Amino acid sequence: MAKTEDRQVEHLLRRAGFGARPDELSLFREMSISQAVDLLVNYDELVDDVDILIGKPGYAGTTVNGVFSPQSNITHARQRWLFRMLHTNRPLQEKMTLFWHNHFATGYNKIAGTFGAAEGARYMAAKSSEDPGKVRGQIEMLRENALGNFRDILVNVAKDTAMIVWLDGRTNFKAQPQENFGREIMELFSLGVGNYTEADVYAAARVFTGWNLTRPGVSGDPTQHYEFIYNPNQHETSAKTFSFAIYPDGGKTIPARAAAGGMQDGIDLINGLAAHPSTARYLAAKLYRFFVSEFGAVNVTFVNRVANVYLQSGYDMRAVMREVLLSPEFWDPSAYFARYAWPVEYVVRALKDVGWTGYSVNDALTPLSNMGQILFEPPDVAGWDTGQSWFSTGAMLARMNFASSLAGNQKFNLANAVKTAGTGKTPEAMLAYFGDQIVTAPQDSRITAEFNNYLHANGAWTGTDAQLQAKASGLVHLMVGSPEYQLV
Amino acid sequence: MKVTRRQFVKGGMAAFTVTFAAPEFLSDLAQAQGAHTRNLVILYLGGGNDSLSMIPPFNDPFYTSRRPTLAVPAGQVLQIGTDSSKVALGLHPRLTGLKQIFEQGRLAFVQRTGYPNQSRSHFQGVDIWSTADPLNSSGLGWVGRYLDSLPSPVDPLVGWNTTGSLPHVLQASHTPVPAISNPAGYSFASPNFGAEAAAERSAALRIASHVPVDRPELAFVYGSTQAALATLDRVATVAAYVPSLAYPTSGLGQALRAVAGAMNKGIGTRVFYVTTGGFDTHSAQNVNATNGAYYNLMATLNDAVLAFYNDLKNQGLLDDTLVVSFSEFGRRITENGSQGTDHGSASAMLVMGGKVNGGLYGTAPNLSIDPSNPTLENDAADVKFETDFRSVYAQVIDGWLGSDSVKLLGGNFRKSGLAFI
Repeated sequence: MAKTEDRQVEHLLRRAGFGARPDELSLFREMSISQAVDLLVNYDELVDDVDILIGKPGYAGTTVNGVFSPQSNITHARQRWLFRMLHTNRPLQEKMTLFWHNHFATGYNKIAGTFGAAEGARYMAAKSSEDPGKVRGQIEMLRENALGNFRDILVNVAKDTAMIVWLDGRTNFKAQPQENFGREIMELFSLGVGNYTEADVYAAARVFTGWNLTRPGVSGDPTQHYEFIYNPNQHETSAKTFSFAIYPDGGKTIPARAAAGGMQDGIDLINGLAAHPSTARYLAAKLYRFFVSEFGAVNVTFVNRVANVYLQSGYDMRAVMREVLLSPEFWDPSAYFARYAWPVEYVVRALKDVGWTGYSVNDALTPLSNMGQILFEPPDVAGWDTGQSWFSTGAMLARMNFASSLAGNQKFNLANAVKTAGTGKTPEAMLAYFGDQIVTAPQDSRITAEFNNYLHANGAWTGTDAQLQAKASGLVHLMVGSPEYQLV
Repeated sequence: MKVTRRQFVKGGMAAFTVTFAAPEFLSDLAQAQGAHTRNLVILYLGGGNDSLSMIPPFNDPFYTSRRPTLAVPAGQVLQIGTDSSKVALGLHPRLTGLKQIFEQGRLAFVQRTGYPNQSRSHFQGVDIWSTADPLNSSGLGWVGRYLDSLPSPVDPLVGWNTTGSLPHVLQASHTPVPAISNPAGYSFASPNFGAEAAAERSAALRIASHVPVDRPELAFVYGSTQAALATLDRVATVAAYVPSLAYPTSGLGQALRAVAGAMNKGIGTRVFYVTTGGFDTHSAQNVNATNGAYYNLMATLNDAVLAFYNDLKNQGLLDDTLVVSFSEFGRRITENGSQGTDHGSASAMLVMGGKVNGGLYGTAPNLSIDPSNPTLENDAADVKFETDFRSVYAQVIDGWLGSDSVKLLGGNFRKSGLAFI
């Protein structure tokens, strides 16, 4: 007897993960809700072994020309991340990594344009264990800190090689400070627009002067790489005053410091930003939109409570996410399917629902681009335009066409599954079977009737293999391409 | 800004069901609207265009002193004369095509456009330019409001967005605008063939017709699905368009090629949205070197717009077309330590078309660092606006679209002397 209803497990895994594989469904339905949330949030108690499954039978495939090299080839890196989303046993870690990728949105192209394609992939996606110079790419940094301390995440982001290229910190010198990072760390990464002044932008730019890159070592040595350096000669040492509190005592001025110790300016500012109530509320509202609901206004009670947990816990994202996933707002039935699926959520969930045997995740990359989401390539530093913006007609068509190609790819598996389940004898039995497999937001009876009409079209039901393959793939195409399936 | 996208759906779905009549009827409508309509092309220069590098005031001594590595040398600008304040202006050296169009009198620049307390945020800035409302930038787009004002039933192809996601400027309450980045890829796939594939397509069409009016968020997805399916066949005709000349392979070039194709095939579209990005030039802006960052931005702009202009001219469509550019802000006057420029304030807008009264509108800023310099703001760090951007929109709305700018912009922004159309 399941302890948690399937529809609840599915809701939890659509939000805290990328949908439910059959094995995930059977695992989670035996748990209570709080056990399930514990398992998701305390994912580091499970071994992080998803990457060793790549290339093994029974899992989705990858397509590479030569050696699979996600540490230096961005297409391989994209495949690895999709593979992780599909096959990981730590779904919340991947989901939070995606959340942070959108929050600290950094685009591969600028890094590749600056240092070359292989280096661009390296600073975005390399795991330190696979890189000769132990480079940890930005996504790996975010993945390792997915439920870490937000202040520490900000510090890591400020020192991240890809970020320092992306927002031009590498040329932030004292003579003429460079405002890009100083502005965005306040506007997009912490306080939110409207909570700082132009004078704060100038001051923040000066704070981060000298937060540059260095590339020591011998040219041609594969261990050589760019990394963060605090360059005291390029740090502007005078005092910096903000319009908001930097220090716990309310002090707004970062004191003048000798150049050698000037890196502390940046740490002080980050501490101030992490502790700012606007940051707490900005993050809480963003988490509400991502994990709870996009429909209607942001729930103020939720924001107050989650912001409070953020501040009380000393910015501990694990405590924050536990609060989010156990919140009454999250479990309110009105929150079920009250979000528009991001393209990667849609694609991975469809793979979990329809099947992946014989499917290469590489084949999802072009469709994802047509749907408007290329991993490692958000459109700008504000991340993707989400919600209804995902649903331009062209993008909707791309979703329907992805459903078509996946259904076509899985045609034989689908027909076999129908036969094994003994549900190929009538159109109604097949419809009921797929209705169970492919769960969507509630579908009006008129839609179910259209599915049924489709199964009855083009002559009598014979139940032959050819007919089962055609009808199973056609029906799955229509279901996964339906508007209701676009909600998570 | 995310909340807004939800707001506009409320109450909009009833209109969707009425709006999407049968495709046959819409084709008739498109034909009726067909020849010699007025087309508007919105061109968004993404990232904040440094218009001081696009049309440099090359004789201003502060232009050179404040931009030691970025100023275009006076000897290299393409001179286009002086504005009403007698400031000599030139075009960036790579804009040779725009210079031709300027000389043919079909290109205008409106200098120093912006608004009070201009936002230096990309995202708030885009929202403000999109809604034409600096005080509440979370509403519908100004072009979206125009589309909503058209008499019903509105053709689902009335607008065409050449990018992947719906730009804020096109957000309407009940006029969904299709996104078609590549007409050739705009088709309905099926895992089956023949009669089975046809059955899937007709099932998809029927499903999309059952719009759940009581669930507006879901109904929005139905609206997109319906609009996609209703426009497939007409868009396919655009894929067959053979232009009179070769377009550049850039995203902007290909987007403008599709726009010209849609006009040529007379599929009923009135408003187009195209964009080219990369203008957020915080570092290594490299205005002058061949293949420098800003130089390349100008190359992309110049080559695509020139091809579009000449193609339209050859097709006899130039008089039916108006192109209006915007960007979220201009850039700081003084270059930063990274040989780039940070977020600034007012900048220049570009207007092009067969009916445009070309030339220089408004006056150039005086770049003197005197904090009391009236053409600058923020202690003379940024260019102060002279023409409210809504005055440019008002001229487009009243003078080209034949609509009422006071109604669409929520106020009278008409400005005399701004008769570029």
